[in-house]
Amino acid sequence: MNFELTEEQRMIQKTVREFAQEVIAPGAERRDETTEFPEDIVKDLGEMGILGLPFPEEYGGVGADTVSFALAVEEIAKVDASLALTVSAHISLGCAPLYYLGSEEQKKRYLTPALQGEYLAAFGLTEPNAGSDAGGTETTAILEGDHWRLNGTKMFITNPTYAGYVVATARTAKEGISSFIVPKDTPGYSIGQKYEKLGMRSSDTRELIFSDARIPKENLLGTEGEGFKGFLKVLDGGRIGIAALSLGLAEASLEAALKYAKQRVQFGQPISKFQAIQFKLADLATQIEMARMGLYRAAWLKDNHQKYTKEAAMAKLFASELAVRAANEAIQIHGGYGYMKEYHVERFLRDAKLLEIGEGTSEVQRIVIARSIGC
Amino acid sequence: MKSIVLIKQIPDTGEMSMDPQSKWLVREDVNKIINPFDTYALEEGIRLKEQHGGEVVALSMGPEHSKEALKEAIAMGVDASILISGDVFRGADAQATAYVLAKGIAKISEYDLIIGGIYTSDGATGQVGPAVAEHLGIPHITGVRKIREISETRIEVERLTDGGVEVVEAELPALITVVKEINEPRLTSLKGIMKAKKAEIPIWGMDDIEATEGRVGETGSKAKVIDTWIPQRSKDVEMLEGSAQEIGKAIVDKLKTAKII
Ligand SMILES: Cc1cc2nc3c(=O)[nH]c(=O)nc-3n(C[C@H](O)[C@H](O)[C@H](O)COP(=O)(O)OP(=O)(O)OC[C@H]3O[C@@H](n4cnc5c(N)ncnc54)[C@H](O)[C@@H]3O)c2cc1C
Repeated sequence: MNFELTEEQRMIQKTVREFAQEVIAPGAERRDETTEFPEDIVKDLGEMGILGLPFPEEYGGVGADTVSFALAVEEIAKVDASLALTVSAHISLGCAPLYYLGSEEQKKRYLTPALQGEYLAAFGLTEPNAGSDAGGTETTAILEGDHWRLNGTKMFITNPTYAGYVVATARTAKEGISSFIVPKDTPGYSIGQKYEKLGMRSSDTRELIFSDARIPKENLLGTEGEGFKGFLKVLDGGRIGIAALSLGLAEASLEAALKYAKQRVQFGQPISKFQAIQFKLADLATQIEMARMGLYRAAWLKDNHQKYTKEAAMAKLFASELAVRAANEAIQIHGGYGYMKEYHVERFLRDAKLLEIGEGTSEVQRIVIARSIGC
Repeated sequence: MKSIVLIKQIPDTGEMSMDPQSKWLVREDVNKIINPFDTYALEEGIRLKEQHGGEVVALSMGPEHSKEALKEAIAMGVDASILISGDVFRGADAQATAYVLAKGIAKISEYDLIIGGIYTSDGATGQVGPAVAEHLGIPHITGVRKIREISETRIEVERLTDGGVEVVEAELPALITVVKEINEPRLTSLKGIMKAKKAEIPIWGMDDIEATEGRVGETGSKAKVIDTWIPQRSKDVEMLEGSAQEIGKAIVDKLKTAKII
């Protein structure tokens, strides 16, 4: 058993950490306020290779592993969860389906530019009447000669404004669900207004509308009718991304709380000397360590081509609930100051809440885990 | 154009501490970085290669973990890295360090330009660069903020001095040390890191560089550090409140009371 990161994992972690601290952190608070999407920073991330991190070089990726991907998302989340969501959704929801299911031709044409950072990628699964129950997809795709005609609406989709394509699920004449690559400039495909959100405010979340959207026949992704299997696989990987995001956010909460507790003096001593505060901090530090172990192990299983569905769901469930708890406790430790924007921790709580919902709610994670232990 | 960039791995400037007994900087268990000035040297070397073709090699003397810094140099874009390492080299002063680096460079043998940072943030002598040049019998220019022109045989640079800027030329091969004004080091690309992972970094010892015993490491160092300490920082801070005028007056009163003015 080896618990040490490899040399290149450490170098990737260090490089992303430095970039996050120096370039991403300074504007995070402002972007939360204005909801402005950091296009420049995303461009830099593309140049560094982060947008193609866990994919092979032959498709324009960096060829790093899933552990490195988790480390990168964690570092970004420590300073800006919205941007970490942008990156995580791009890699594990937007790019992964092309990598797993795409033909050589589709990979070269759509995946490579995404991995090289020319554009982002998005994944459109959720619909007004199909959330947790993704099998309830109502969007339709009808084959007409050499084109598919898509009709339907997708809800809460991350990245579409900056995405060169979206992978969308739809029903065809064949039973089951299928996936399609919908390029940005497709006639009949439009992107709705930005949602007003509680948190993750500078990530791009929008509605997608397909109104007789016409895409070439060859844009079917994978086998017709087998999209369900495909996106379950995609969501497994996505959960590692959300777990990493959660871990980073929880660490940021602990760090802020610890720093504040050592500075804030009440009753003649720093509040970190009160056992009630110490226990909160000790609990968080312990749970963060456990979340880290669970996450890295799930990523390691994926890298070693072993089953990781259960472990990824557990890592996501535990880490996302921890992120909410940690932010909540961080505010508590800050007292009234924590309720104020200036101290960041209120943003951490707003951002963290999404993690219990996106890419499968906590309830859905428990369903997945229960199923995999034989219930 | 073949450049050799001299780099050193140092403890993160924000986290430095000293071993009270040996008076050496604690170099284990702290975050380590490439000496900040050396990253500008690396960037300049890589740019020269991009503009004029050729090759750029990073060279370092230090403990084995300096390999990390040398791998980072490869991740940034240098073609190869070499480490000179071994217990005998430990505790070297600026002169002993320069001797060893010069021997290493002599072994590499072919080069047009040697680039270093103006000084390291841990030792801060600024002597190593010039001393290497003296050992090699080549000209050196310190504090370079811009390479104006470079050809096969000649370099013309702007050199930052206390009073202003000097334009200096030298024949190649030469050694320059650079300041932060010279460029903006590039972001390390993660692709570069994967390339660095595969790179082999040779470790050279005494025999490889044909160094003379007694001229390296602590024994080869004429400068002996008698004492070093980190200055105590007082934590007594008094925050004054009020308008700018009130605060100004309060400061003057306090300085008067303390008989400073
Ligand atoms: C900021 C943001 C970004 C998003 N990005 C994307 C994206 O890029 N692509 C995409 O496709 N989707 C995206 N989503 C959608 C997200 O994945 C869904 O919101 C999520 O899956 C839940 O679906 P729902 O909102 O329809 O809730 P519902 O499924 O309606 O759930 C409502 C509640 O019922 C519970 N529930 C549902 N079924 C069960 C059950 N069987 N047992 C017990 N409890 C149950 C849920 O856990 C939840 O508490 C995003 C959402 C947000 C908020």
